[in-house]
Amino acid sequence: MNRHNFFYFIREGVYNMFSHGFMSFAAVGITVACLLIMGTFTLVAVNANAMLADLESQNQVLAFVDENLSEQEARALESKLRAVPNVADVTFISNAEAAEAFRGRYEDEELFQLPDNNFRHRYAIDLEDIGRMGETKAALEDMPEIGRGNVNAYEDEAEGFITIRNVAGVVCMVLIAVLFLVSVFIIANTIKLTTFDRRDEIAIMKMVGATNGFIRWPFVYEGFLLGLFSAVIGFFLQWGLYEAVARSVASNDTINLITVVPFEGMWTYVAVIFAGAGMLIGVGGSLSAIRKFLQV
Amino acid sequence: MIRLTDVVKEYPNGTHALNGLSMEIHDGEFVFMVGPSGSGKSTVIKLLIGEIEPTQGRVMVNGFSLRNIKEWQIPHLRRTVGVIFQDFRLIEHKSVYDNMVFAMRAVGAGPREIKKRIPYCLDLVGLENKGRRLPTELSGGEQQRVAIARALLNNPSTIIADEPTGNLDPARSLEIMRLLERINALGTTVLVVTHEKDLVNRFDKRVITLERGRVANDGRGYYGRNTI
Repeated sequence: MNRHNFFYFIREGVYNMFSHGFMSFAAVGITVACLLIMGTFTLVAVNANAMLADLESQNQVLAFVDENLSEQEARALESKLRAVPNVADVTFISNAEAAEAFRGRYEDEELFQLPDNNFRHRYAIDLEDIGRMGETKAALEDMPEIGRGNVNAYEDEAEGFITIRNVAGVVCMVLIAVLFLVSVFIIANTIKLTTFDRRDEIAIMKMVGATNGFIRWPFVYEGFLLGLFSAVIGFFLQWGLYEAVARSVASNDTINLITVVPFEGMWTYVAVIFAGAGMLIGVGGSLSAIRKFLQV
Repeated sequence: MIRLTDVVKEYPNGTHALNGLSMEIHDGEFVFMVGPSGSGKSTVIKLLIGEIEPTQGRVMVNGFSLRNIKEWQIPHLRRTVGVIFQDFRLIEHKSVYDNMVFAMRAVGAGPREIKKRIPYCLDLVGLENKGRRLPTELSGGEQQRVAIARALLNNPSTIIADEPTGNLDPARSLEIMRLLERINALGTTVLVVTHEKDLVNRFDKRVITLERGRVANDGRGYYGRNTI
C-alpha cells in the first residue's frame, strides 16, 4: 500500500462514517453499550477472582507434627515440606504459639485454658493450587513425621471456591462472546448500509479494474474508526462507572467488607482490551459487510 | 486481441445464452456487434470483462484466458478494457473531474499521473472546459463523452461500448460514434454493441451479427445484409 493510497483510504473511511452520521452514531452507541456490559462483567469477574484468591489464600492446610519430635526436630522439617509438590509456603507454629492462640480465643472460659503440652507443633501450609488439595494432603500424610490423619484440609470448601470461580468464568466468557457477536452484527449492518448506498461506486471501481483490497480498505478503516471511537468513549464511561461503584461500596457500612480492586492498577489492561475489542468488532463487522458487495 | 472459440454459456437457471460462439477481433479493429434481444450480446460483454465464466470453450482477451482466470487477475484484465454503458454510470454527486479522479484512484494512480491524464482525456472528448460541472448539468451526449473519457483514463487497449447511444438522439449518437471512430484511429480496439441499424449502416465497419448465441453473420457492411 503506497502513501497516496493510505491517506485516500483514511479520507474515504472518515467520509463514509460522516456521510451516514446517524447510523454511525447508532453503531458507536450500541458498541459502547456492548463494551460497557462486557467490561462491567469482566471487572466484576476480576473483583470476584481477587476476592476468591484472597479467600483461597486463607484456606490453609494444617499439618500436625508427630508429638514425639522436639521443637528443633519439628522445625527441621520445613525444607522437606517445602519440597512437597504444590506447596507454596509453610509457616511453623510451635505448640506454645498454638496454645497461646487457642487460649486467646477462649480467654473467658476456664475450661479451655490448656497447658502448652496439650498442643502439637504444626505447620500452616499455603498451596499453589487448591484444586490439588487432596493429592497434597496425601503427600503430607505419607511423611513419617506427620502420618495419616494428621493433616487438616478443607477439601469441600476448596472445591466450592473452584466451582464458583469456574461458573463465574464460564458465565463471563459466554456473555462476552454473545455481546461481541452482537456488536459485530451491528457494526456490520451499519457498514452494509454505507456499502449499499455506494454500490454504484463500487460497481464502477470494479469496472475500471480496482482490486477487491482497494475497495475494501476504506470500509475497513470506517469500521476501525467506529470501533476505536466506541472503545475510547466506552473506556472513559467504564472508568467513571467503576469509580462511582467503588466509592459507593467504600462508603456503605453493610457492604464495605468487599474490597474493590483499584481501577488505577488495571486501567492499562482495560484500555488495551477495550481498544482491541473495539477495533476487532469494527474491522470484523466491516469485513463481513463488504464481502457480498465485492462479488461483482 | 479478443478471441472466443466454441464458447457455450449456460446460466444456472438453464438459459443457454451462447451456443458454440466463435469470433476473433484483432488489435486496432472497429467492430459492431449486433443482434436481436436474447441473441447473447450482453453475455459476450460480461464474458469479455470477466464478470462471468464460460461454461465451455475458450475466451481470450488481451492476453488473459477467461476460462481459468484467477480472481486476482480480473482487475488487471479490466484495466486493459474500457467499458462504456448506455446509462453512462457516472457518480452524480461528483464533478466530471472528480469522476475521473475516482476512476484513476481506483486503480492506484498517483496525483501526478492523475493531473496529467485527466485533462488529456477530457480534451480528447471535447470536454476540456466542463471538468467542474456535475454530470446532471450536462446533456446526455456530454455525459456519454465523460464516460468515454473515463474509459480511456487507464489507457486501455480495447474499448467495449454497450449500447452507447441508447439514450441519445440521432445527432448525438452520430457524434459519439465519430468520437469512438477517432479513438479507434489512435490505435484502440473498439467493440460497439448496439441494435441501432441506421447508425451501424452509416459506417463502413465490420459487423458481427449474433443470433441465438451464435455468429449469424460476420462481414463488412450493413446490418441485416448477407445473413447466413
